[in-house]
Amino acid sequence: MRHTISVLVENKFGVLSRVSGLFSGRGYNIESLSVGETIDPQVSVMTIVTTGDDQIIEQITKQLNKLIDVIKVTDMKELEHVEREMVLVKVAPKQEDKAEVLNITEIFRGRIVDSSQKTYTIEITGDEKKIEAFIELVKPMGIKEFVRTGKVAIAREGVKKK
Amino acid sequence: MKISGAEIIIESLKREGAKHVFGYPGGVVLNIFDSLYDNKDVQLILTRHEQGAIHAADGYARATGKAGVALVTSGPGATNTVTGIATASMDSIPLVVLSGQVPTMLIGNDAFQEADIVGITRPCTKYNYLVKDVNDLSRIIKEAFHIATTGRPGPVLIDLPKDVTVAKAEFTWPELDMRSYKPTYEGNKWMITQAAHTIAKAKKPVIIAGGGVILSGASKELRELAEHAEIPVTMTLMGLGGFPGTHALSLGMLGMHGTYYANKAVQESDLLIAIGMRFDDRVTGKVEAFAPHAKIVHIDIDPTSIRKNIRVDVPIVGDVKRVLTVLNKVLKEEVKEQWDEVRKAWLKQIEDWKAERPLTYTWSDEVIKPQFVVEKIYELTRGDAIITTEVGQNQMWAAQFYKYDKPRTWLSSGGLGTMGYGFPAAIGAQLAFPNKLVIDIAGDGSIQMNIQELATAVINKLPVKVAILNNRYLGMVRQWQELFYNERYSYSHLDVVPDFVELARAYSAVGLRATKPSEVEPVLKEAFKIHKPVFMDFVVNWKEKVYPMVPAGAPIDHMLFEEPEKKPEKKLKAVK
Repeated sequence: MRHTISVLVENKFGVLSRVSGLFSGRGYNIESLSVGETIDPQVSVMTIVTTGDDQIIEQITKQLNKLIDVIKVTDMKELEHVEREMVLVKVAPKQEDKAEVLNITEIFRGRIVDSSQKTYTIEITGDEKKIEAFIELVKPMGIKEFVRTGKVAIAREGVKKK
Repeated sequence: MKISGAEIIIESLKREGAKHVFGYPGGVVLNIFDSLYDNKDVQLILTRHEQGAIHAADGYARATGKAGVALVTSGPGATNTVTGIATASMDSIPLVVLSGQVPTMLIGNDAFQEADIVGITRPCTKYNYLVKDVNDLSRIIKEAFHIATTGRPGPVLIDLPKDVTVAKAEFTWPELDMRSYKPTYEGNKWMITQAAHTIAKAKKPVIIAGGGVILSGASKELRELAEHAEIPVTMTLMGLGGFPGTHALSLGMLGMHGTYYANKAVQESDLLIAIGMRFDDRVTGKVEAFAPHAKIVHIDIDPTSIRKNIRVDVPIVGDVKRVLTVLNKVLKEEVKEQWDEVRKAWLKQIEDWKAERPLTYTWSDEVIKPQFVVEKIYELTRGDAIITTEVGQNQMWAAQFYKYDKPRTWLSSGGLGTMGYGFPAAIGAQLAFPNKLVIDIAGDGSIQMNIQELATAVINKLPVKVAILNNRYLGMVRQWQELFYNERYSYSHLDVVPDFVELARAYSAVGLRATKPSEVEPVLKEAFKIHKPVFMDFVVNWKEKVYPMVPAGAPIDHMLFEEPEKKPEKKLKAVK
């Protein structure tokens, strides 16, 4: 089962390696990880996407809680929440596909953030399904490379998980 | 008035009540050693190797319950402590390790004697620090002691760049404010009540007591629980001494080399009350076959220990002492069960198991049996000694044939299984308790791993006794090779063992030797009278094996026993 885990940590050097070491030391995989400051500059939030059965996820959340620099751990599975990810896709379409690429970008509410004679760089934001759908659609027209930010997630206010 | 970082360290140690520091000097800590030179409050014990220092600090911590402190230089000084830090980490022993570091502006430059010790020790410390500003120093030291000694204890390392310990600052001793570190001490009352009712219903309960009982000082509460509800108690290797080994309800140690009756009782039980232990593989054997009929109540201060290896029916996160205090109260005031009748059949069954296969060995008139040496040590000390061990056969015999009645009298590397631990640990314990008899039960292999510390014992007048069970082999390795590798003794024979008697003399210590069973007692008696470090070389039967034994990965009631020596063609039999 895939889980998105949000971890509030002290914003200090070395914290990232404590968190990543916790995963690598136990053979758990991190699918994506994003880190950034919060409203309190002394606190960072890490959004970690990982997979495992219930026992593994329980161990991961407990081990995270045990780290001295971790302030709070939230498994987003337990909450109604909003998830977003951004991807930058560099496409090199043939001349005849260019209009279609722009069309799809429009449909996905993406933006062209750079262009060259042969390529467009497209920014798409959304949940995982949207990003994967976009990549699938554009792939036949020639993706040179893409870069994903990894997920960020935030709980919805005043909504209880059904 | 501003003082140097080095002086801040010493003042902080003084405030933490750390009178003894085990250490070894070197380039980047010279200034700290200089400040220690004429200091009256903090005494440095110079070891002969940094590994000796860290194990000595560990032995000191285990014997006293206070944090052990070590001070070493950067690079090799720091990396030499890693085994000892990992040893303490596995066994939840509070240590504060102060390591020198190259000056801040040289960090990352591959400077002389530079090692990224914070990176290296991250997985084997409870927490570690690189101090970058002298103004943070006292707070960090205070935090380090706090983290090391509270919650589930463990080692904390503080890396000290030279420029930080040279720089000056006003000394402050701030109140601690750690929003992200708050161990859970109080167990959930509802869960404890559940546990009490589960205990009330159980017909065949067993308590498994681990090192957490000793760390939290809960021996009294454990005894109260066992006696009130008439529950037999088995102990993990780390739990020895947490419950009196001579008590009628004691089953001794369980697991790979546990007693027949402990393993049988666990496997047959309908309720396990696991207290301050973590279901190590040496305890459970094959996990799927472990205690198949039992409900499990698990009390531990570390939530990650619960449901890590074993399913748990009633999890209780909290300090063992506090949880047991509440549990005992609930049992007495709310449950009010009387167990005398209910327990009769179960306790009778256990007595039968005890009679069926007690811990035993075959006596010999010609050759010294190592178990006999341990038995004699117990008899002559009447259990009033601090025993440390190395790792291997010596450790298992010391666990089986000596009865530990009090906590903190058994110091042994359980989790990591570190050879070379026992002798420096004995030195640390002896320093803490100068008038106690401290005995390292060692093997001829293990003792050679930190034998250089004999100089530390001699110079500091620490009359540690070392009983070397000398079989000229790495005995446990040899045992496995005999049992599971067709007697192919690949690199386990120590062809050349030093003359331990002469070696002791060379260090101005005392060396004694026994080669016959009749010499064992006189040698021990003489050694115990001498107020100096003594090496006792017991030349023991090299073929002796530790039994019972559960082969790795088997269920714990699949035990091997020693067969009578008349049938040499088929020596072993698995008994279920």
